[in-house]
Amino acid sequence: MLIEITWYGRGGQGAWTSSNILAMAAALDGKHAQSFPAFGPERSGAPMLAFTRISDEPIEIHSMVYNPDVVIVLDDSLISPKVYAGIKENGVLILNYEGGKESLFKRLGDLPQGVKVYTTPATRLALEILKANITNTAMIGGLMKAWSIVSWGSLEKAVKERFKGAVADKNIDLIRKSHDLTVKVK
Amino acid sequence: MTQAVVKPQAPLEKQVMMTVNGDEAVAYAVKQSLVDVVAAYPITPQTIIVEKFSEFVADGEVKTEFVPVESEHSAMSACVGAAAAGARAFTATSSQGLALMVEILYIASALRLPIVMAVVNRALSAPINIHNDHSDAYLMRDSGWIQLFAENVQEAYDTTIQAFKIAEDERVLLPVAVNLDGFFLSHTLENIYMLPDEVVHEFLGGYRKVSKVRVDYFDEEVPLALNPARPLSFGNLDLYDYYFEHKVQQVEAMKSVPEVVREVNEEWFKLTGRRYGDGILDPFEVEDADVVLVGMGSGVGTVRSVVRRLRKEGLKVGLVKLRMFRPFPFKEVAEVLKNAKVVAVMEKGVSPGSYGPLFLEVNTALYDLKSRPALVNYVYGLGGRDLVPDLVEGMIRGLFKELEKGVFEPKLRYLGVRE
Repeated sequence: MLIEITWYGRGGQGAWTSSNILAMAAALDGKHAQSFPAFGPERSGAPMLAFTRISDEPIEIHSMVYNPDVVIVLDDSLISPKVYAGIKENGVLILNYEGGKESLFKRLGDLPQGVKVYTTPATRLALEILKANITNTAMIGGLMKAWSIVSWGSLEKAVKERFKGAVADKNIDLIRKSHDLTVKVK
Repeated sequence: MTQAVVKPQAPLEKQVMMTVNGDEAVAYAVKQSLVDVVAAYPITPQTIIVEKFSEFVADGEVKTEFVPVESEHSAMSACVGAAAAGARAFTATSSQGLALMVEILYIASALRLPIVMAVVNRALSAPINIHNDHSDAYLMRDSGWIQLFAENVQEAYDTTIQAFKIAEDERVLLPVAVNLDGFFLSHTLENIYMLPDEVVHEFLGGYRKVSKVRVDYFDEEVPLALNPARPLSFGNLDLYDYYFEHKVQQVEAMKSVPEVVREVNEEWFKLTGRRYGDGILDPFEVEDADVVLVGMGSGVGTVRSVVRRLRKEGLKVGLVKLRMFRPFPFKEVAEVLKNAKVVAVMEKGVSPGSYGPLFLEVNTALYDLKSRPALVNYVYGLGGRDLVPDLVEGMIRGLFKELEKGVFEPKLRYLGVRE
C-alpha cells in the first residue's frame, strides 16, 4: 500500500524536515520511503510544500503528490480550500489550529465527502516546549493521533538521528504532547 | 522451469540501510570507491555532493586529495592531470558548469582517461533555471564520454561505484558520466542499501591500477602514467599524419563498452542482489505491447507506475528504460522494440530545428527493421516541469486512439506545456 502525504508550511517552519523524519521512521520500520520538497528558492516565511511517500513496495514514482491520502498544514494562516485540493476520498486533513470549529469550517469551505479533519494546537505547544514557532514536529504528533503511519520506536530514533541531545528530547516531548492534544473535529 | 535463486554475496542484512538524497548517495559511493583526487566546483543542484564529500575530507574519513578549484573548466583539467598521473579521479557538475567544462571533456575522453563524473541534470540557460532536464547531458553527447542514467537514488549510488569499474576496464579506458536528475533525485530522500566499505574496495580491486605499455625508449614495460622518473607525454600535437588513426581508436573503444556494462551489471547482481535490466536497458511489459514508451532517468519510474496501472485494465502498453545513452545500444533497442506498433520516445531535452536527441537515436535504431513501428517524440519536463501521472495516462490513451486511425501527426509533441 502506498501512502502519500502533502505538507503545507512556510519557509523556516521545517515542513521538509518533518517529512524527512517521517520518511526515516518509515524506513526504520522496514518500509520504502521518499521525501522531497516542492523545489523553489527557499525564502523564510514564504509558503512551501513538501511530500512524503511511504510504501510496502519499492517507490518508483518521482512526480509531486497530486492525490494525497494525508494533508498536514503547519501554519494556521495557510488553512483554506486550496490545501485539500486533490485529496483522496476518506483522506485525512491535519491542521495546526486552535479555536472555534465554526470559524474553522467556514475557512475550509465544502470539504469533499469522507474527509476526516484533525486539529493540533501546534503553535502553542511549540512555543511552550521549543520556545520557538517551529511547528513541524508538533504536526507529526497530530499525524500520529490521526493515523499511526510509523511506529513510535522508529519515530523516536528518527528524531534522535535528526536532532541532538536536549533538542531531540524536547521534540519527542512535543510530538507526544501534540499527539495527546490532537482532536478529531470531523 | 524454476528460476535459480541467486543468493547475493552481500545480502541485504549485510548492507547498510540509509535514508539519503541522491547527491548524498553519490558522495557516499565516491567515499567508498578509493578515489585519489576529487576536483570540483559547487553548482545547484550538484552542490550537496561537493559539500558532503568535503566534509568527509575535513573529518579525515577519506585520504582523497580534494581540490577546491575556481571553475568547472579547472575541475575537469585537474581531473585530467590526476588521471594522467594514474589517479582515480572524480568530479561532479550540472548545467552551466558542464557547459564551461566542455573543452576539457573532449580531452579527457581522447586521452582515454577513466574519470568518473556525476552530472546532476539541470536545464541550460536562458532563461536561467536551476531545475531538471537533460539539456546538459545532451550537450556532452558527442564528447566521447560513456553516459549512464539513474532512475532512483539507489541506482545513483550503485551506478557511481560501477562507473569506476567500467571506466577503468582495460577494454574501455574511457570517462563515464553518471547522470541523475536534479532535485527529483539529487534532493529527494529515499532509503537505500549501501555496501560495507571493504566490499566496495574488493569489487573495484582496490585503488586504480594503471595498465603497462612497452616503451622502446625505456626498453621495458612501464605504467601508462605521468611520472617524472620515466617521462611520457600525453595529448601531443597530432596532425594529419596520426590524428585520424588515434580518433578512430577512441571511437572503436566504445564498441567494448556494452559488453563491460553488462558484465559489471551481472557482477553487481551477484554481489548485491540488484541489477538494472541487462545494464543497458530495462524493458517492462513490452513482449505483447502495441504501444511502447522509451525514456531515461527518474521520469521512467513515474511512467512505469502508470503503465503498471493501465496494464491492469488490459491496455497493451510497455516501457523501455534506457540506462546507457552513450554508446547508444542500437541493436538492443531495435530488438526490444521490433514488435511494437507505435513507439513514443519521451525525453527532457530538445534540439531546436530537429527532434529530441534520444528520438533521433531510436529512429536510427529502428531503420534496419523489416517492419518498423510508428515513432513519435514527446518532449516533457523542460526546466523542471513535473511529469504528472495523469498526463502520462492521457498520452498513452491518446496513442491507442491514434493507433486505431493509423495516423501519427505531428511527430514532435510537448507533454505538459501550456498553450
